[in-house]
Amino acid sequence: MRLSRFLKRDLVILVLAAVVIAWANGDLEGLLGIPGWQSYGVRIINMCAINAILALSLNLVNGFTGQFSLGHAGFMALGAYTTALLTMDMAAKDRVFFMTPLVEPLRNLTLPFLPSLILAGLIAGLFSLVVGIPALRLRGDYLGIATLGFAEIIRLIIQNVRKVTNGALGLKGIPQVVNLWWTLGSAFICYLMLRNLINSSYGRALKSIRENETAAQAMGIDLFKHKLLSFFISSFWAGVGGGLLASLLTTIDPVQFKFHLTFQVLLMVVLGGMGSLSGSIIAAGIVTYLMEFLRIVEETHYWGSITIPGIPGLRMVIFSLALVLVVVWYPKGLMGDSELTAQGVKAFLGRFRKTLRLKGGRPV
Amino acid sequence: MQLSMFFQHLANAISLGSLYSLVAIGYTMVYGILRLINFAHGDLLMLAAYIVYYARGMFHLPWPISIILAILLTAGTGILVERAAYRPLRDSPRTTILISAIGVSFLVENLGLVLFGGRPQPFPLPAVFDSGSAREIGGVRVENITFAIPVVTLVLLYVLLHIVHKTKTGMAMRAVARDFDTAGLMGVDVNRIVAITFAIGSALAAVGGIMWGMKFPQINPLMGMMPGMKCFIAAVFGGIGNIQGAVVGGFILGVAEIMIVAFLPSISGYRDAFAFVILIGTLLIRPTGLIGEKVAEKV
Amino acid sequence: MRKTKLVAIVLLLTLLLPLVQGCGPKAQTENGQGQEEPTPSEVHIGVYEPMTGASASGGQMTWEGIQLANEMHPEVLGLPVRLHLEDNKTDKTEAANAVTRLIDQKNVVAIIGSYGSSLSIAGGEVAKNKKIPVVGCSPTNPLVTQDNPYYFRVCFIDPFQGKVMAKYAYESLNAKTAVIIRNVQDDYAVGLANYFKEAFIQLTGNDKSVLAELEYNTGDQDFTAQLTQTASLAPDVVFAPGNYGDSALMIRQARTLKITAPFLGGDTWEAPEFIEIGKEDVEGATLSTHYSVQATGTDASREFVEAYKAKYGKDPNAFAALGYDAYLMILDAIKRANSIKPEDIRNALAETKDFKGVTGTITMDENRDANKSAVILQVKGGKFEYLTTVEPF
Repeated sequence: MRLSRFLKRDLVILVLAAVVIAWANGDLEGLLGIPGWQSYGVRIINMCAINAILALSLNLVNGFTGQFSLGHAGFMALGAYTTALLTMDMAAKDRVFFMTPLVEPLRNLTLPFLPSLILAGLIAGLFSLVVGIPALRLRGDYLGIATLGFAEIIRLIIQNVRKVTNGALGLKGIPQVVNLWWTLGSAFICYLMLRNLINSSYGRALKSIRENETAAQAMGIDLFKHKLLSFFISSFWAGVGGGLLASLLTTIDPVQFKFHLTFQVLLMVVLGGMGSLSGSIIAAGIVTYLMEFLRIVEETHYWGSITIPGIPGLRMVIFSLALVLVVVWYPKGLMGDSELTAQGVKAFLGRFRKTLRLKGGRPV
Repeated sequence: MQLSMFFQHLANAISLGSLYSLVAIGYTMVYGILRLINFAHGDLLMLAAYIVYYARGMFHLPWPISIILAILLTAGTGILVERAAYRPLRDSPRTTILISAIGVSFLVENLGLVLFGGRPQPFPLPAVFDSGSAREIGGVRVENITFAIPVVTLVLLYVLLHIVHKTKTGMAMRAVARDFDTAGLMGVDVNRIVAITFAIGSALAAVGGIMWGMKFPQINPLMGMMPGMKCFIAAVFGGIGNIQGAVVGGFILGVAEIMIVAFLPSISGYRDAFAFVILIGTLLIRPTGLIGEKVAEKV
Repeated sequence: MRKTKLVAIVLLLTLLLPLVQGCGPKAQTENGQGQEEPTPSEVHIGVYEPMTGASASGGQMTWEGIQLANEMHPEVLGLPVRLHLEDNKTDKTEAANAVTRLIDQKNVVAIIGSYGSSLSIAGGEVAKNKKIPVVGCSPTNPLVTQDNPYYFRVCFIDPFQGKVMAKYAYESLNAKTAVIIRNVQDDYAVGLANYFKEAFIQLTGNDKSVLAELEYNTGDQDFTAQLTQTASLAPDVVFAPGNYGDSALMIRQARTLKITAPFLGGDTWEAPEFIEIGKEDVEGATLSTHYSVQATGTDASREFVEAYKAKYGKDPNAFAALGYDAYLMILDAIKRANSIKPEDIRNALAETKDFKGVTGTITMDENRDANKSAVILQVKGGKFEYLTTVEPF
């Protein structure tokens, strides 16, 4: 009895979610004449989903395995370029590669979106092995700088090998296949995959590596294999995230993938709690949303005849400040290393209600 | 390549190397004491340059005062950053404090963008270093500033080594670097020593930043990022935690950077990558750097 | 299954958050068409420029011109014109977000922007989908307007600009050989250098007239390696497009190395800081750009120059002038269309012919690029002096 009750409840929620997504995406327009949601909101949700994928994947390595990797932007770049080069048709490529023509097999090759996306992840994963095999022998700060270095090297290669990537000129005219179904769907699959991984014996091994590497090794866990696996999966999803981003923006160039991109993802992981999957999702949503919301402080406002000028650049100051404050005062972030659960929410509300009900806050 | 060209390159290489050394020392000192890569170090360089820019441009203060002001304010900022962003995290895992350092670095850079504007500005030059002040030596034209930089670096290095090895404060610094907790138990005021270390490191970065501005008179709020990275790499290469190592690392990195591009101009687009390749190579082959000592890992 | 449900709830919640913000003071758009209600009381024009980030200088200069134009011409068709500025932080994702926000939240009927071709390409994609016309002030990459019927520009494009400087080098300087030093990270520099090279080779009839193409990255400050090689090749001219800070530094170092060949560049050099950083060493540096205070003598441009000087206390630069022209061209299109519907504005813009801007006479060609003349400036006596105007050829 209980099982079917749960299943029915979950099913209802999933269907509701599907309906909402269909509405927002504009799918209901043709069918029922209900127009979709405004595209600014849809754009933000798309970015939220992509950022959630990025945050989740970085969290796997940094939060769950305890390996400080700063190379995410490099793998995103690989995924973005792979997706772009595979989904653009030949005419689009010829238009963009007007300086140095694209190398032959790539020029003729055009694949549908799904295989391109998966290939994007695989290629990013492949490069992660190239990076990981030497780099994962290092610990702590050194690993961070080494991965940062690799990401920069990848970016510089992309920038210089013009006959494959068009270098600094970038790519334009990437078909915009991405919509809410793709982004939210990918985010959902990513979450499921990572959650199952974390709750499995592999996941426990990763967490033990995070807690104490030497002890884990003494218990018989193959450090290298596990670190490499988590690195591979993380880079795979970083590549997928990059591919989705490329399709959303329809244009990419190497300058986008500098270190500050990794910093933004790191910000989300830290804010959400390094070691909490739902934390990463929530933080991704909040940060993406705030990035847009805080434009208010940068815009000029017209109130009747008064014009209040904005201060451009204030958004990033606020974010940097937020990162420092969170790290210093709430190093566990929003969720610490626990997940969002129904009981957790009920317990939290219960405590909240109790403090409100008491006089002067003293426990009864 | 002709001999005179080679010497031209060499002169520039030594100059660049000295700049890197100066800033690398700051990195290595902080790492030695706190085991922290202070990402924000490179941005202190930028801060000092802008202080001099405004002191000269807006307030028209004479040069010596501008320089001293920049050094003092930068050192003060370094101490402030340590108190606010690093001290509360002393007992936290290393990655947390690293993230804090990254955050501070971005904060300083973005504050710079908001306060100073994103446009590159011309750095004021004292007459002795201004245009046309180059000398010719055996077919090689070298600007005055190119001479001045290694000289200043060596002088400061001498003073620093004197402080570290011949004064009580220096001994305390070495003690704290060797063993943080025991030094505290032995009566060393650890907080004060850390603050002094940060002050000295930041002051050196400030001098580096001012000389950087004089050699490359174009400043912008993001100018500290790449040099900061490279100087850290230099410190690691030479042996992190070791002052002589930082100097050696800085020189070698500067020379390598210039010489590789000089001999192989077709890969000058990859110039920044060299530093990272050197870093990765060092970390894989000899992680303690050229002059570092091996440290056994305690279980 | 519990966790799946929670995740669905969490994702749904993140869906709801922007809804709260989505109800801004003017949001009643359906499907983001940006259509106004029947009787609008204001005309909203969006501006997206890099006000922070690497190209902040360009964005700020352009914004100054647009603002000035708005102050001097605050009304069209009897309605006040409101400008909405969004910073794109020199970032493509931000550029796309900025344009989306301008269209959805601020209900703009036209947009001006952006400095930086790669940013314009990203923003243009959004504008194309939402059918809102955009006028670019200074992006010179041909890809910006290619395939995008909603993107226009008031400036010439790089294929022309490259030819202008090649022609100047060949005819006025009698150059037979050149070395190119380009910023390999900047799509503008890479593209412009490429067009220069093609034109120069064609003019000299010699495949090898470009002796070398040397490279550097944005923010590099030491160019001695590239310059030493240049010195050993002894070219007649050096073509070095790039942003003004790096280029000024490069020319200083070149002079120290006793390179006497003239340095040529593109419109990004035109900033007062170029001379402030370069000082005496950049004397003789020559660049192509869109506009010179000394070039045009029309009443409209004199009016602009005086107003600019009065407001900002310095001479206007090309980007401010282009911003000014972009704004006025939109107003002109609105007047001709006698409507503030985006589709009508777009059509009127496409038909722009002989529009008299301060940067020259502007006519939209079939790619929505401006067929106009370039101006060549040279640094003389610590100032940008006007040399000559080059008509389209």
